[in-house]
Amino acid sequence: MHRKATNRIPATTPAGPELVRNVAGLPGKLSVFQIFRTFLLIGATSFGGSVVAYLRNSLVVKHEWFDDKTFVELLSISQSLPGLNATNMAVLAGDRLRGIAGAIAAIVGMCLPGAVLMYVAALAYRAHGDRPLATAGLKGVAAAAVGLILVTTLQLGRKSLSHKYDLIFVALTVIGVNQLHQSVPRVLIGVGVLATLWYRPRKNRREVSSR
Amino acid sequence: MNQIPALIRVFAYLSLLTVGGGMAAFPELKVLTVDVHHWLTFKQLIHLYSVGQMAPGPNMMMIVSIGQWVAGLPGAVVVLVAFFLPTALLTFIIGRLWNRLGKWPWRESIQRGLAPVSVGLLLAGCLTMAKGAITGWITAATALAVFVILLRSRINPALLILGGAVVGLLALR
Repeated sequence: MHRKATNRIPATTPAGPELVRNVAGLPGKLSVFQIFRTFLLIGATSFGGSVVAYLRNSLVVKHEWFDDKTFVELLSISQSLPGLNATNMAVLAGDRLRGIAGAIAAIVGMCLPGAVLMYVAALAYRAHGDRPLATAGLKGVAAAAVGLILVTTLQLGRKSLSHKYDLIFVALTVIGVNQLHQSVPRVLIGVGVLATLWYRPRKNRREVSSR
Repeated sequence: MNQIPALIRVFAYLSLLTVGGGMAAFPELKVLTVDVHHWLTFKQLIHLYSVGQMAPGPNMMMIVSIGQWVAGLPGAVVVLVAFFLPTALLTFIIGRLWNRLGKWPWRESIQRGLAPVSVGLLLAGCLTMAKGAITGWITAATALAVFVILLRSRINPALLILGGAVVGLLALR
């Protein structure tokens, strides 16, 4: 399907003929290390919830590697695939900037700081986690995290839901997982297929058979 | 007992469920790590997950902590690769095919169809976590306060989570 581009590390040209260049036409001029360093910095400083804002700030505003239109397009790909936005965006942006090597540099840079931090946190929690003081603090942290995640969910809903029928699919998903205790993949596929069929292409039905 | 193969299986599987965000995989994360494999307790999972919200970068880095607990440094590395490689590969491939998919009428349908499901999965994950984290009126009030403050201001959420720790130290001992 997409030809040979994956197993070739591009030296100076962007990989793959179907690759969309960003407007500045920068790929090739950037070194893999530059990409790694940029994503490492984002990975180390993006405290508090959404990495997307930090990504935009760095890639669009500061470095001007992408324009807003391309950034939003990459974001929409990220959001429609499984995986975290932060790492999906790193892979897509890294690939556009410098092919497969860029994608690897970007995702490794993005993950490294948080991973090291949580490794250390695991050691600390194992050593001191059941002290009364730590338990008390962690209870408060967990409660606050629930509030944060609820806001994140609400914001995603506001952005991505357009129709009141969407709320039915949201409710079906929640009921499936929390009340009926169905496994997540079962609900994901079940309700996902239902909702996809609901929003099926209305014109051009003939294309359907070619899936 | 060597837990590495189980770690790979569990986290590669979980990675494919993170539609819309890491929280979408939380109910299944709980079942597999707590109920099936007994790698940690539900309370510990909630603690690590919450602490993980303060870490920079992708907000599921707490999986590294689970890997570390179960099998030390190799466990941490294996979990990281198992969790991020499958979705990274998928994203890489779809990213390159995207323009072709643009002409495919079902792309839009799938995107619109998956949107409410991912919101639902995040909400379900949030409820699963709330069951363990909201234990009384102080924790409920803390969650509510964070929710309202974040809706009304642009304060960094990590600061509010730290604030939660202070509330816990003062009121939940």
